[in-house]
Amino acid sequence: MIENTTIKPVIDIQNLKISFGSLNVLNDVSLQLKSQENLVVLGKSGTGKSVLIKCIARLLKADQGTITVLGEEVNALKTEDLNEIRKKIGFLFQSGALYDSMTVKENLEFPLRRIKKDLTQSEIDAKVTETLANVGLEDVLNKMPSELSGGMRKRISLARTIIVDPEIMLYDEPTTGLDPITAEEISELINDIQKKYKTASIIITHDMECVRTVADRIIMLKDGDVYKEGSLLEFENSTDSYVSSFFKTKKIQ
Amino acid sequence: MKKIVPIKNLKKYAIDKTIKVSEKSIEKTSKISAFLVDTANVFLFLTRVFKNTFSRGFEFKEFLKHCFQIGNKSFALISITGTIIGLVLTIQSRPILIKFGALNMLPNMVAISLIREMGPVITALICAGKIGSSMGAELGSMRVTEQIDALEVSSANPIKYLIVPRVLAATLMIPLLSIFAITMGILGGWIGANIKGDLNFVLYISQAFGKVEFMDLIPAITKTFFFGAVIGLVGCYKGYNAGRGTESVGIAANTAVVTASFLVILVDLIAVQITDLILQ
Repeated sequence: MIENTTIKPVIDIQNLKISFGSLNVLNDVSLQLKSQENLVVLGKSGTGKSVLIKCIARLLKADQGTITVLGEEVNALKTEDLNEIRKKIGFLFQSGALYDSMTVKENLEFPLRRIKKDLTQSEIDAKVTETLANVGLEDVLNKMPSELSGGMRKRISLARTIIVDPEIMLYDEPTTGLDPITAEEISELINDIQKKYKTASIIITHDMECVRTVADRIIMLKDGDVYKEGSLLEFENSTDSYVSSFFKTKKIQ
Repeated sequence: MKKIVPIKNLKKYAIDKTIKVSEKSIEKTSKISAFLVDTANVFLFLTRVFKNTFSRGFEFKEFLKHCFQIGNKSFALISITGTIIGLVLTIQSRPILIKFGALNMLPNMVAISLIREMGPVITALICAGKIGSSMGAELGSMRVTEQIDALEVSSANPIKYLIVPRVLAATLMIPLLSIFAITMGILGGWIGANIKGDLNFVLYISQAFGKVEFMDLIPAITKTFFFGAVIGLVGCYKGYNAGRGTESVGIAANTAVVTASFLVILVDLIAVQITDLILQ
């Protein structure tokens, strides 16, 4: 767990506002992500969690507010500069977003060839093998994404994201749709990636087991605003009924 | 009969009426603004495609892949359709030409019809269905499954990587497929001419091309490049701008076919008018 709070944040969001037509998704969200920290963003479906991380990678453009990533204000960047920042961001999509028309190997090579252009073919091959080993899947190199299970697709997506050694990881519901055992494995993998690649991560989720495994700090969103911020312990001991409705566990007798 | 409103209810009636009127005008305004936004999006998309076509870093491998897919996968369909069109055209025209005593004009009439109109338009309409729908569905499902977003965060330019190679491949392959359809149609015409008569192949070809001029070919082939560009652009635009739900994939594929087919006919009309003006 990261204790040092004096380090300059890698992501600094101030007064973020975004709406789609008449629907206000985020009203006034401010948050900071510190170096090598796992920040969990928690909240009900439709509270704008995914929108928040899409704004960070500027897949969506915020209406108001500032998003500073590694010292650069992303909304003000030109395409070339934005691409430079994006090279340092890894984004794990909810659906995995593997390219259906490519094999696993081609999927992994795709970002590598575009981001690390000076690598030779043998270096690319070595990097692909190493990254697949890091996510525990070495024997699926020539398979198509359609031949993989949900958990395997998630792991390959994760491998494709970390292969370019990002400084920041954005996880959009990494364990959604997976069985509890695979979900636990993915959560452990998030921790392993944090340690091995020294990444700072924002994890969007409403899977409480995942929260308990990965969270260094938690931010809860409600109706487009930050509702509560604190450590896992603070959230678990909270007397607030909305917070405790997330953290209470049902015991079956 | 006009409804009489009592004086005491007049205020409420006026408010209700105003609300109804304003709701209707809001609905109208939102439709107009949606149309304007759509039009702006189309122009923005065309500008981005045009800019990316001529900027550095052309995806040649993707271009070749799509040329192969469009050309190879439509080859059999275009061959059969072209042959049948030529055959049917010959069989249908034969009795009328016999009535006018102009049977020896049959090969030439079939060739000119195929070169000027039938070959290019039939090929374009088949490709609008086959290629337009596949582009719409493929790009639409890439949008729904966030693959296009994944391309963007990998610092790849989706317009350059996905759209430009597809549009250029369609622009190049549809003229080639049209020429092939015309050739097969003329061969089909020879089969048709021999079903109810007896016509030597060499004589048929010499009669077919006897009155075909260079200026029959040029406008016909030129317009097929535009047909190809229209099919590619419409298919890609509909797929690339598909909504987020799975039903959007079906909508994208369907609207791509309908819009591309309509625009092919429209481009044909404009091309004919321009050719007519030039040749006058």
